[in-house]
Amino acid sequence: MKHRFLPMTQQDEKEMLEVIGVQSIEELFSDIPEKVRFQGEYNIKPAKSESSLTKELAQLASKNADSVRYASFLGAGVYDHYKPIVVDHVISRSEFYTAYTPYQPEISQGELQAIFEFQTMIAELTGMDIANSSMYDGGTALAEAGMLAAGQTRRKKILVSAAVHPESRDVVRMYALGQSIDVVEIPLKDGRTDMDALKEMVDENTATVMIQYPNFFGQVENLKEIEPIVHEAGALFTVSSNPLALGALTPPGKFGADITVGDAQPFGIPEAFGGPHCGYFAVTKKLMRKVPGRLVGETTDDEGRRGFVLTLQAREQHIRRDKATSNICSNQALNALAASVAMTALGKQGAKEIAIQNITKTHYMKQQLKKAGFEIAFEGAHFNEVVVKTKSSVKELNAALFEKGMIGGYDLGLSYDEFAGHMLIAVTEQRSKEEIDAFVQEIDAFVRELEASHA
Amino acid sequence: MHKDNQPLIFEMTKEGRVGYSLPELDVPEVDLSELLGQELVREELAELPEVSELDIMRHYTALSNRNHGVDSGFYPLGSCTMKYNPKINESVARYSGFANIHPLQEESTVQGAMELMFDLQEHLKEITGMDEVTLQPAAGAHGEWTGLMMIRAYHEANGDTHRTKVIVPDSAHGTNPASATVAGFETVTVKSNEHGLVDLEDLKRVVGDDTAALMLTNPNTLGLFEEDILEMAAIIHGVGGKLYYDGANLNAVMSKARPGDMGFDVVHLNLHKTFTGPHGGGGPGSGPVGVKADLIPYLPKPLLVKKGEGYAFDYDRPQSIGRVKPFYGNFGINVRAYTYIRTMGPDGLKKVTEYAVLNANYMMRRLAPHFDLPYDRHCKHEFVLSGRRQKKLGVRTLDMAKRLLDFGYHPPTIYFPLNVEEAMMIEPTETESKETLDDFIDAMIQIAREVEENPEIVQNAPHTTVINRLDETKAARKPILRYHKPTDSE
Repeated sequence: MKHRFLPMTQQDEKEMLEVIGVQSIEELFSDIPEKVRFQGEYNIKPAKSESSLTKELAQLASKNADSVRYASFLGAGVYDHYKPIVVDHVISRSEFYTAYTPYQPEISQGELQAIFEFQTMIAELTGMDIANSSMYDGGTALAEAGMLAAGQTRRKKILVSAAVHPESRDVVRMYALGQSIDVVEIPLKDGRTDMDALKEMVDENTATVMIQYPNFFGQVENLKEIEPIVHEAGALFTVSSNPLALGALTPPGKFGADITVGDAQPFGIPEAFGGPHCGYFAVTKKLMRKVPGRLVGETTDDEGRRGFVLTLQAREQHIRRDKATSNICSNQALNALAASVAMTALGKQGAKEIAIQNITKTHYMKQQLKKAGFEIAFEGAHFNEVVVKTKSSVKELNAALFEKGMIGGYDLGLSYDEFAGHMLIAVTEQRSKEEIDAFVQEIDAFVRELEASHA
Repeated sequence: MHKDNQPLIFEMTKEGRVGYSLPELDVPEVDLSELLGQELVREELAELPEVSELDIMRHYTALSNRNHGVDSGFYPLGSCTMKYNPKINESVARYSGFANIHPLQEESTVQGAMELMFDLQEHLKEITGMDEVTLQPAAGAHGEWTGLMMIRAYHEANGDTHRTKVIVPDSAHGTNPASATVAGFETVTVKSNEHGLVDLEDLKRVVGDDTAALMLTNPNTLGLFEEDILEMAAIIHGVGGKLYYDGANLNAVMSKARPGDMGFDVVHLNLHKTFTGPHGGGGPGSGPVGVKADLIPYLPKPLLVKKGEGYAFDYDRPQSIGRVKPFYGNFGINVRAYTYIRTMGPDGLKKVTEYAVLNANYMMRRLAPHFDLPYDRHCKHEFVLSGRRQKKLGVRTLDMAKRLLDFGYHPPTIYFPLNVEEAMMIEPTETESKETLDDFIDAMIQIAREVEENPEIVQNAPHTTVINRLDETKAARKPILRYHKPTDSE
């Protein structure tokens, strides 16, 4: 059988075997002991032609309910946002996506400069001094922040707010386990980090305090009040932040964050069933040499031309091996490029406008829910998310919404026992007034029907 | 390519230009400072660019022209498996039903995605000879750490808390010792012998009842198959340790030898290497991990399982190490890898390995007269040359790598593995034609000749790129890691 990715002809094979001085390809595998030799072919599905495979996989894809056909009110860390079409055109340029890590700067200036620009945009949005070239995702970036803080402070305790994304907290715990670091959760109060508890808990063993801004419930935490508590204890202040929100919110850097991390998925990156997304990692200048992952720096060649290189590599695994600041090697470069293009397209004004639209539309959703008589769990400003008490099973409610062409919110009871029956509803700029009204109307109708059947 | 600087996108900014189109705000406006409190309303806007859509396309097109990918030309970067990235993968991953689905949707609404993931797991189990697979890790190093955390949990569950050491060969990828450290282990190095293989005597010396695992790449980073693999497995298992397979080099042995049959207990794969998820300029990758039956309870959660006619995520796994990543891994890359495997089928994957190995051996034999070949035996998918002959003439491997740029090639991996002086690690892959290999070989031979006759041309290379060699010392000494908008006084 011929394969379109394999150019070898019988003639090539014959000539090459002659040069090598063997009779058959098989001889080249004679160093594999007979006992471990695999005989025959894998028992896997047979090869398919291009058109029959695309047909099969298109059918498989159509079994999934996507956010193009359904109006999605599901967020919880991953959002359906405006993706400028130009993004996909840029990342489809194969000079970018078929290259690897820019180890040879002379023929990788494109990638290196694009990453330098990404680092700048993340630093700008977060208000931090510098940012790295990307991490796997927001969750692992937060975990790496914990490792950095523990190393820097030589302390073995991480305090993480219960209002941080539950899956990110799980990942923080996993990384900490390897380093024998304790992870302790700061409880909630009215949907935010409990300040009294924080004051009680922070001590001379605390390496860092982790706060999400806006938090998992869409509440905007009071970073100004938290910062002195953290720093007085000699701990590092870590903020996990949705960078899209920072178009309109005062950035963590302004509030004295030492490390700001998060996921750039809201900027032009598809939801893609949870990945690949794009973690980012930003720090103060003081922590520059402790950052995990790759950094691109500016320099010059012998004729004084500006150019870009991977720099401060003495931190990294390929140089330092077991003494490296992290084991990360491959990162999310192509998605960092996607996010850069989206941030560029939005630009200075668009970044603000999109953030305000998200706040405004979330606020509208909240008002409409209230009007319909629903109880909103937490007061205050909301970004993207609002928590509503549904008076029913979230799962059943979502099933009813699905029938009407909508993907409902996240069942908070899955992560917080105390919020059983609460739905975390996400609203982005993509949701029209009409869709929001229809959503409220539908859950109202569902609950009324439920109450009627119980009466 | 012209040699002028491409301006930074920030330097192209003009106030008032936009490159976006947001939906009209169709709900009542709000007063931000009232809603948030004045302190939380951003005062100084982030200095993002202000450019039109054409500006964006021109800028990134110019940048792409300053970048070399596999589609631009030959890219024999050893240990990275820079094979062709099939375009069908890119199309399929962009199907809306794969790209625009949310990880927390009701499982009943994403059965197609879960079916694909499950079938990929089944294919990877067969390919590796392992009993179960998780797709959660985001990349190879992440997979290594995940595997080591499972080994750690396994030993702890057996009351074996004194197993603190992970053995790594001196030729190993840097991620191996780094991952061991992150997982809380101490790294012990085992030496290579004169054949470039793990020294069994040294291995016997370093193992003990404190051994948690041996991490091994097979074939190793010299491109040589570790023939004593069964003896090594016996030594490690004999002291109660586990055997870890770094799958970076799987392209060398598909359908020829499976890690599971060699005695390995844990395997990670780099789907962006062997299975053509594109390298993306450095990622995203995907690093699934396969395990033998006794380690299944420790797999990260959730585990994707078949349930009746459909698929479900199983969270009820009390011995699981926990969650290594939000959600279920780099699904988009997994879609690409699955598309590739289904395109190739069993016959295709076997040929992939055969031609990758044939190409590497052909290149090695043709280049051997011109450079030093430290280990003269059949290689697998890659081989390592030494530039020590040229070094004596005052030309370093780095210089020869830079000279290759003038011929339009991406150079091999250089100065790795660490146990070969002036190393050049060459991996052609199976998707390159004999003509491409011959052209590259001719360029290498010409460079070897230049080293003897006209070394300056090599020492001063490259001559044709958009930029000359860059001052890396300056970059590290006074790091400039971002652009700053000039202030009015500047």
